[in-house]
Amino acid sequence: MVDGADRAVVLEVADLCVELGIGGTWVRALDDVSLTIHRGETLGLVGESGSGKSLTALSVARLLPDNARVVRGSVRLLGEDVLAKGARELDRMRARSVAFIFQNPTTYLNPVLTVGRQVAELFELNPELLDSAEGIGRWSRRELGRQAWRKSIEYLGLVKIPDPERIVTQYPFELSGGMQQRVVIAMALARRPDLIIADEITTALDVTIQAQILSLLSELRRSIGMTLLLITHDMGIVAQLADRVAVMYSGRVVEVADARSLFRDAQHPYSKALLETVPTIHGSRAVFRPIPGSMPALTDAPAGCRFHPRCAYVLPECSSVTPLALRTGPGHTVACHRYEAPAG
Amino acid sequence: MTREPLLAVDRLVKHFPLRSGLFGKSAASVRAVDGLDFRIQPGETFGLVGESGCGKSTVALLLVKLLEATSGRIQFAGRDLAGMRRGALKEFRRAVQIVFQDPYGSLDPRQTIRSALMEPLLTLRVAAGRAEARETVVRCTALVGLDAEILARLPHELSGGQRQRVVIARALAVAPRFIVLDEPTSSVDVSVQAQILSLLEDLKRQQGLTYLVISHNLVAIRALSDVVAVMYLGRIVEMAESAELFAHPAHPYSAALISAIPVPDPEAPRVAALAKGDVPSPVRVPPGCRYHPRCPYAESVCRQEDPPLIELRQGHHAACHFPGVAGLVSGGLTA
Repeated sequence: MVDGADRAVVLEVADLCVELGIGGTWVRALDDVSLTIHRGETLGLVGESGSGKSLTALSVARLLPDNARVVRGSVRLLGEDVLAKGARELDRMRARSVAFIFQNPTTYLNPVLTVGRQVAELFELNPELLDSAEGIGRWSRRELGRQAWRKSIEYLGLVKIPDPERIVTQYPFELSGGMQQRVVIAMALARRPDLIIADEITTALDVTIQAQILSLLSELRRSIGMTLLLITHDMGIVAQLADRVAVMYSGRVVEVADARSLFRDAQHPYSKALLETVPTIHGSRAVFRPIPGSMPALTDAPAGCRFHPRCAYVLPECSSVTPLALRTGPGHTVACHRYEAPAG
Repeated sequence: MTREPLLAVDRLVKHFPLRSGLFGKSAASVRAVDGLDFRIQPGETFGLVGESGCGKSTVALLLVKLLEATSGRIQFAGRDLAGMRRGALKEFRRAVQIVFQDPYGSLDPRQTIRSALMEPLLTLRVAAGRAEARETVVRCTALVGLDAEILARLPHELSGGQRQRVVIARALAVAPRFIVLDEPTSSVDVSVQAQILSLLEDLKRQQGLTYLVISHNLVAIRALSDVVAVMYLGRIVEMAESAELFAHPAHPYSAALISAIPVPDPEAPRVAALAKGDVPSPVRVPPGCRYHPRCPYAESVCRQEDPPLIELRQGHHAACHFPGVAGLVSGGLTA
C-alpha cells in the first residue's frame, strides 16, 4: 500500500516537443506535453490513434524512432534527466527502472524458447532480483539456474497463471493470447521496475479475457503498489483503473484531472465528446452523439487549438491562438479558450 | 410476428476438416458452426455477438454464399441458397451484400474510389450503362456523407472512417435488400465509431434495409440491433430482443460478456471477470454444455448433458440448464 500524502514523483515530463521527419520536413508530433506520475499511482493516458500517446511513452525510455528528434523539454525519471543520459546509463535504466508491456505479446516473446527459459533468463542475468538470504555469489551456475527457475514459477503464480509448473515448460504458441499477456506482465514485474508502461495491452484480447487482465492489474496495483502509465483509447478501461487521467489530442495534452473529476466534470470539449461517443439507449432507440470529422494528420494540423475544426463550442481565437493549460481546480488543468476568461 | 422471414436458417452446420497424417486423412475438424437456427424478419437488425473463434464470421460467409454449409439449410426470401443457379444466384448476389471488417483490405489499392464503386453496378448489370452507373455512384457517395471529390482518389488517400463509408456505399449501390455487416466499426477510432453507427441506422430507415450485424463490440450490437443472438463455440447460447437480453441475460456467458464491458464511470462497480479461463478450441468442443469449463455455476448435469436452446418466455431463448442463475450478479450496461 502507498501512503497517501506527499508521494515521490516517479516520472516528470515537462514541455516535451518531439518532431518527426516525414517526407523531408519536420512535423510536430508532440507539442508541449507535460505529465507527472507519483509512486503507486496509475495515470491513464487516453487518446485516439495518432494522438501521440505511444510516442510520449516511448520518449520516457528514449526509444523514439530514428526519424524523431526532441526539440525541447525534459523527461525526468526519479529525478534523473533521461534525455541527458549516456548509452550505458540508459541501458541500465531501460533494464531496471522502466518496463513496457505492449499490445501484442506474441511479438515480445521468443517463439523458440519455453516460457520458463525466458523468465528465468531475467533472474540469471540479474541475480540480485532473486533476493535470497544466502550469498548469491557463492552459488554454482546450476544452483543459480535452479533458483531462477523457482522464482519464475513464483512470478507466473503472481499473475494468476493456473498451474505455473506446467506453463514454464511450454512454448509461447501453446498459450492463449491472455496467458501470453500474463507472462509478459510477469516478466515486467520480475524486474521490480519503478514504472510500468502498459500500451493498449488488452486491445488484442476478447472482452472476457480483457476483464480478467483488468482485474489482475487492479489487484496488483493494490498488492504491490505498482506505478503505472496506462495507455488506452478506451474510456471504460481508464475509469476502471486510473487514479488520474490525461487526455491527448493531436500531439497535445488537452486535459488532466483525477479520474472522478474527469468523468463527472470533463471540461475540454474533446474529453466531453469522447465520453459521449458511447451510444445511450432511450426507449427502443439508440442515441448517437458522434464527433464530426476526424483527427487531422500531423502533416496538416490546424493552427490554434487543434480540435477547433471539430469543436461545437468554437470561439474566434480558437483558430489562431494555441490555448495554454489552465488550472481550473485542484489537480485539474485544461487547455481550452473557454476557460481562459477571467474567473472574477 | 407471423410474417414471412427474409432469412431463415435451420440446423446450419459448417465443419472444416483438419488434414493430418501421411495420406491427408481427415482426423478431426473445426466445428466452426455447429447447429444454428434463427430467423430474420424484413426491416429487422439482427445482431450476432461473440468472441473470436465462436464462428460468427463463418456464419457471415455462409449467409452470403461465399462458403457452402456442411449441412442444414439457409433460405433467403423463401428460396434455398443451396439450389440457386444462374439467374436466381445473380439476383441473390445483388440483393445480399456484405461489408467486411477491414475496409482497406476490401478495396483495391490501385483502383480509384469511383471505379471501385462502379464495378458492382456494371458486373451485376444494375446500371444500364456507364453514364447511369456514374450517376448512381455520385448519389451513393452523398448518401454515406462523403464528398464527390473523393471519387477520384485512391484508398490510401482516405481516412479509416472515409474508407468504411466507401465500402458501405459500394454495398448500397446495387440496391440490396439485406446487408451483412461484419465488425463494421472495429477498424475505426472511437470518435468515428459513433458516426458509422448512426449512418448505418439512418440508411436502414431510408432504404428499408435488413441487417445482420456481427461484432464482438456489445455497445455497437446493442445500439443497432432489434434482436441479439449470443454465440459461443459454434452455437447460439441465447437469443432475445436487444433490450431484454441486455437487461435480463439468462445465460451465464451472456452475463459474463455484458459485465466484462468496462463502464466509463470510475464510481461504477469494477469489472467482474465472470468467465473463467479461455475459450476452448473448436476442434475439441467440451462434452455436455460447451460453456461448462468456464462457467462459475456449472453443476454435474452441465458436464454431461448438452442443453438445447429453449424458449424461456416470449421471444427469449437460452441454452442453459440453469437459466437466469447469473442474473442476480450481473451489473451490465446502464441505459
